[in-house]
Amino acid sequence: MDVKKGKARSVFIGVCVAPAVILFIIFMLVPTFNVFKMSLYRWGGFSNNKEFVGLDNFKKLMSDTNFLRTFQNTILLVVCVTVVTMALSLIFAAIISREKIKGENFFRVIFYIPNILSIVIISAIFSAIYDPTNGLLNSFLSIFKGDKNPILWLGDQKIVIFSLVIALIWQAIGYYMVMYMASMASVPESLYESADLEGANHVQQFFSITLPLIWTNIRTTLSFFVISTINLSFQLVKVLTGGDPDGATEVFLSYMYKQAYTNSSYGYGMAIGVIVFLFSFGLAAMISFVTKREPLEF
Amino acid sequence: MKKKSGMGVRSLYRIFVYVVLLALAISIIVPVGWVFIASIKENSEFYGSPWTVPKGFYIQNFIDAFEKANMGQYFMNSVLVTALALILLLVIALPASYVLARYRFIGSKIINVLFMAGLFINVNYIVVPIFLMFIDADTFLRKLGMTDGFFLNNIFILALVYASTALPFTIYLLSGFFITIPRDYEEAAHVDGAGYFRTMVQIMMPMALPSIVTVILFNFLSFWNEYIIAMTLITKDSKTLPVGLMNLTQAQRGAANYGQLYAGLVIVMLPTLILYILVQKKLTQGMSLGGLKG
Repeated sequence: MDVKKGKARSVFIGVCVAPAVILFIIFMLVPTFNVFKMSLYRWGGFSNNKEFVGLDNFKKLMSDTNFLRTFQNTILLVVCVTVVTMALSLIFAAIISREKIKGENFFRVIFYIPNILSIVIISAIFSAIYDPTNGLLNSFLSIFKGDKNPILWLGDQKIVIFSLVIALIWQAIGYYMVMYMASMASVPESLYESADLEGANHVQQFFSITLPLIWTNIRTTLSFFVISTINLSFQLVKVLTGGDPDGATEVFLSYMYKQAYTNSSYGYGMAIGVIVFLFSFGLAAMISFVTKREPLEF
Repeated sequence: MKKKSGMGVRSLYRIFVYVVLLALAISIIVPVGWVFIASIKENSEFYGSPWTVPKGFYIQNFIDAFEKANMGQYFMNSVLVTALALILLLVIALPASYVLARYRFIGSKIINVLFMAGLFINVNYIVVPIFLMFIDADTFLRKLGMTDGFFLNNIFILALVYASTALPFTIYLLSGFFITIPRDYEEAAHVDGAGYFRTMVQIMMPMALPSIVTVILFNFLSFWNEYIIAMTLITKDSKTLPVGLMNLTQAQRGAANYGQLYAGLVIVMLPTLILYILVQKKLTQGMSLGGLKG
């Protein structure tokens, strides 16, 4: 009797878990393993000529000026987007949840909208905004400064990376704001009441009550910022600029995709993938280590 | 007197807060709304200021988008891929999450750890290896005499890849819920003579409905909007909407077919916006359950 029951249990567990595990292995684990394996091969085109070259691809990468440029661009994007988005979304979250704003719900609903749009849509919207002659932004600015010398938001090598920063911030702000609001809601009201009685103003309350108490959440979002900026900047660049002008907006993963898919140098492309993978997790781990504090109880 | 000036500063501050909030709201509403307005403008209206009011409701843009730019076909493909991927995902992930949350068996620990690690694997990295795997599989099939190839340019396979890559996040979310349900329910079901499958399907799954809705919402948005995998795995006709739209964006830089492009944008945006308006509470609350976009 017991043996039969044990068998039924095993069959049940097997039937439930096996499909998920098999699909996960085929479509996630094996490809991930292949990224690392292929980075050690010289492998170009559809010729199937795989040659084991050890770390050659990585050595070549270190002297590839195009790659170093993507490195610069990506770091600039990650830093700018993280700092500005985090500051703004924290402030907005604090204002909306603490200041008894009218239309709180309206703002929350509106701010979250960019998050549900496809990056293709966001790219199309921003190419309408940044269009040099008929763009929303330049035609708005021309009210103040006339039609002369339109700013080339996507054409000027010095400006274009910041145009991407703005698009990424626009996209991300609502997401993080809603996230911070959720954790601010769990801070007990009594703390603010006693701070009010002792005469602390709202700015002081923000720094000495709100920030320390949602610190765990802020730390989590920092890793999110690093990883998602690296991913989203690729998707945005792929549609909006394609890396132009002249590599000024090429980022990590767009360069990887270009090498691996468009140029069919799979080995080299995967070596880029490995570096980016290690870099993003190294950075996230480092940030998480540096920002470690004893969690406050409340 | 002193109090009064304090009130002045206070209300000035409040005005400032509203101005800032409204500015951000406007920066979101105006471009999105502008796309809707642009989608009913005639092509000639796109020269000159972008702020002009449309002369009329130029529905031809939508007809062109559907007929000339093939958006109708892409729309059907997107609906099919999204629906199929969601069904696959739920059928596979629900039982797995339940069992992983509830049963201890040989290897259950390793499987849990693997799925957790899977949360950190982003599809952008593995899309090319997946593509190469399918090329290999197709060449193999060709050797066996199947001339067409099966894995690339197949929206069913695309749906399968979507569902598989969404597994870690979905299992993480669902088993997080199943863990919180007290065991008493299962024990009662067992006493009443229900088997393992019946207990799972008739007792546990209905209780998980709110979490299932959250899972459907998040994955609907990501499947519907996804284009990197779709662009890589589907190179011929059976494209999805975002990929078709991307091609239209790039073509539009050459030939000025703005009307069609903005009509296409509206076609992609509208389903997500409608869904969002219907369920925005659920979506912004579900967020606190955690989730990584991108």
